[in-house]
Amino acid sequence: MTYSTVLFYVFAFLTIVSAVYVVTAKNIVHSAYSLFVTLFGIAAFYILLKADFIAVTQLMVYIGGILILMLFGIMLTQKVTDVEIKIRILNIIPSVIFTVGITAILLFVMLTTNWRIKTPVVYESTVGEIGRQMLSGYLLPFEIASVVLLIALIGAAMYARKTK
Amino acid sequence: MEIGLHHYLIVSAILFGLGLFALISRRNAILILMGIELILNAANINLVAFSHFGGLGVDGQLITIFVIILAVAEAAIALAIVLNLYNHFSTVNVDEANTMKD
Repeated sequence: MTYSTVLFYVFAFLTIVSAVYVVTAKNIVHSAYSLFVTLFGIAAFYILLKADFIAVTQLMVYIGGILILMLFGIMLTQKVTDVEIKIRILNIIPSVIFTVGITAILLFVMLTTNWRIKTPVVYESTVGEIGRQMLSGYLLPFEIASVVLLIALIGAAMYARKTK
Repeated sequence: MEIGLHHYLIVSAILFGLGLFALISRRNAILILMGIELILNAANINLVAFSHFGGLGVDGQLITIFVIILAVAEAAIALAIVLNLYNHFSTVNVDEANTMKD
């Protein structure tokens, strides 16, 4: 058991337990805070996979952006002290069967396929290589992504405004 | 035991399953969004794990960045829609939002 193996199991346990809590919690605010732990665990996986830039992006964009946005969404759409915030889970048995089935199929395919494993390319830091790729091979998607973000920003601001 | 590709694939499959469960069984619009985020994150783990263990350099990581960008755009638009839903129906339960125009 090396050091990174132990870390992997700790973070896997943390991620899966908090993800289970996200989908089963009765209180939606608890779900949002639990999602925070899940996203942190996923950032830890990226670090274990030597993807440092993605890990930092995950922390900044998901935890600093999307999660805060969701908390705002929760607080703007329901009264925290209300009973309304406790929400029920519908169709438990069919959805558990369906979900377990799909997950089992996925796991079966993933574990029985003979994946082509190569020795990992290890970079000192991935930031330089990502920057180089983004302005050469991935220039067009990069530009399109910036336009998409601008449109999404304008659209969200316009659509969320109260109009009468 | 060395951590290999399979370990990451198993974790991501479980996260995908949980996200799917949230999509199917919860009726709160924001919880459905959280389920979508879980599914996107499961896909991202797969991309980064394949690019690491497949010796593909940073290709998978670049695609992950684009997925994150689209997830942000999606979350912003979806929350704007949820706010409008709340203004119209005074609820975020997706089952009760059953008219297209009032």
